[in-house]
Amino acid sequence: MDALWRSFENLAASFGDTVYLALVKDDAYQYLWRGLGNSLKLTLLAAVIGVILGLLLAIAKLQDVDNLTGNRFLVGLRRLLAGFANGYISVVRGTPAVVQLLVLYFIIYSQILKNIPGFDKIPDLVIAGIAFGINSGAYVAEIIRAGIMAVDRGQTEAGRSLGLSAGSTMLFIVIPQAVKNVLPALGNEFIVLLKETSVAGYIGIADLTKGAQTIGSTIYNFTVPLLCAAYVYFLMTTVLSSGIGVLERRLHKSD
Amino acid sequence: MIEVKNLHKYFGELEVLKGIDAHIGKGDCVCVIGPSGGGKSTFLRCINLLEMPTKGDIWIEGVSAMHNLKNLDQLRQKVGMVFQQFNLFPHMTVKENITLAPVKLKKMTKAEATDRAMELLGRVGLAEKAEEYPNRLSGGQKQRVAIARALAMDPDVLLFDEPTSALDPEMVGEVLEVMKSLALNNATMVVVTHEMGFAREVGNRIFFMDGGVISEEGTPDDIFNHPQNARTKEFLSKVL
Repeated sequence: MDALWRSFENLAASFGDTVYLALVKDDAYQYLWRGLGNSLKLTLLAAVIGVILGLLLAIAKLQDVDNLTGNRFLVGLRRLLAGFANGYISVVRGTPAVVQLLVLYFIIYSQILKNIPGFDKIPDLVIAGIAFGINSGAYVAEIIRAGIMAVDRGQTEAGRSLGLSAGSTMLFIVIPQAVKNVLPALGNEFIVLLKETSVAGYIGIADLTKGAQTIGSTIYNFTVPLLCAAYVYFLMTTVLSSGIGVLERRLHKSD
Repeated sequence: MIEVKNLHKYFGELEVLKGIDAHIGKGDCVCVIGPSGGGKSTFLRCINLLEMPTKGDIWIEGVSAMHNLKNLDQLRQKVGMVFQQFNLFPHMTVKENITLAPVKLKKMTKAEATDRAMELLGRVGLAEKAEEYPNRLSGGQKQRVAIARALAMDPDVLLFDEPTSALDPEMVGEVLEVMKSLALNNATMVVVTHEMGFAREVGNRIFFMDGGVISEEGTPDDIFNHPQNARTKEFLSKVL
């Protein structure tokens, strides 16, 4: 019992020193600060790619409806698009994000793209952003598809009956309402995405988690840097979810 | 104005429309009555091709719809539709609901469309609601906005799919009143309705639909006072 107590005392006494070493000495906090910058850049890039990709995939997947009629070539094309989207979503959701990141970086980028002039100078951060975007796109696609399907069929019929094309109806009538439906789930996806970027260190990107690890291995103590990193992640996700909340309330002004 | 020729519609194995021929002339107010499941709504929805006919054709202003499926959107601009469930766009104000299509389809500038919207809202008695969102309106008000929205495209014909069936009873009158004033102004209308009083008073032609065909057709006097068909007699004896 005494031994346990003494170890607590030692821990407390050395805590101040550790904080000093972990954050202050030699501006060590810069690892976390710059790491945070990289994490946010990654998240933003991945979110933009994910939403665009997700929207396209959702629309592609929605092409496969029961009573497809008309031009045989077009019907085939729509089925093909839906099939592609389905396959994409299955594969991406069925494999871990880390593995996808490693495949994209070490196989597709390092062994193939890098040999093509013009592609050889893509920053690692961009590669990672694309990898996370590709991953997130699959989840966003399902979120958006559910959101679009939740919009009453009558809305589409009303739009078409006015003479608007299928595209215009989708763009001006269905999607704005779908956005409102999907916002909570989409916010959740962004939070997941921000946290998921913590594996970017696998390909040598100095993100927030990697920054904490760097400090830890310099001062031989991981407690303070890791807890700091965790706290910063928590802060960011909290800001993100309250931001989504504000947006949601604003979009609900028509209710 | 509108010719329906040998119109058939299947939903899977089920034959809902079994060969309909009809002519709707300019200024007609055709009321389509009949029992549920008789194909009234499907017939109406085929006219603007919200339902794709399985066989037959619809001619709108001399243009065959089935031979111009690529230009369906242009054809639909000439055929306004008012739905049972209103189907107003909930994320837009009343005014935006009305101006959306004319502006996006480049029929009018935004300013022209706004003027037109205000004029139409005045006609349906809702000018003061222009900036409201649909969810703030009563059912009757929503349906009057929906009528204004359909009118904004200056359609040649207006289709009404049971426009008062989803309304509280005390709101039916205000919607029928608007429809009546349209008919008096010689708008061409096809109205699927259970409001026999309206059909009798405002309609100039009545289609009685049952079992996927128009089994009797005539003036309100023919249908309501001297029905020939046994099914028509039976139906009217139940609803009148």
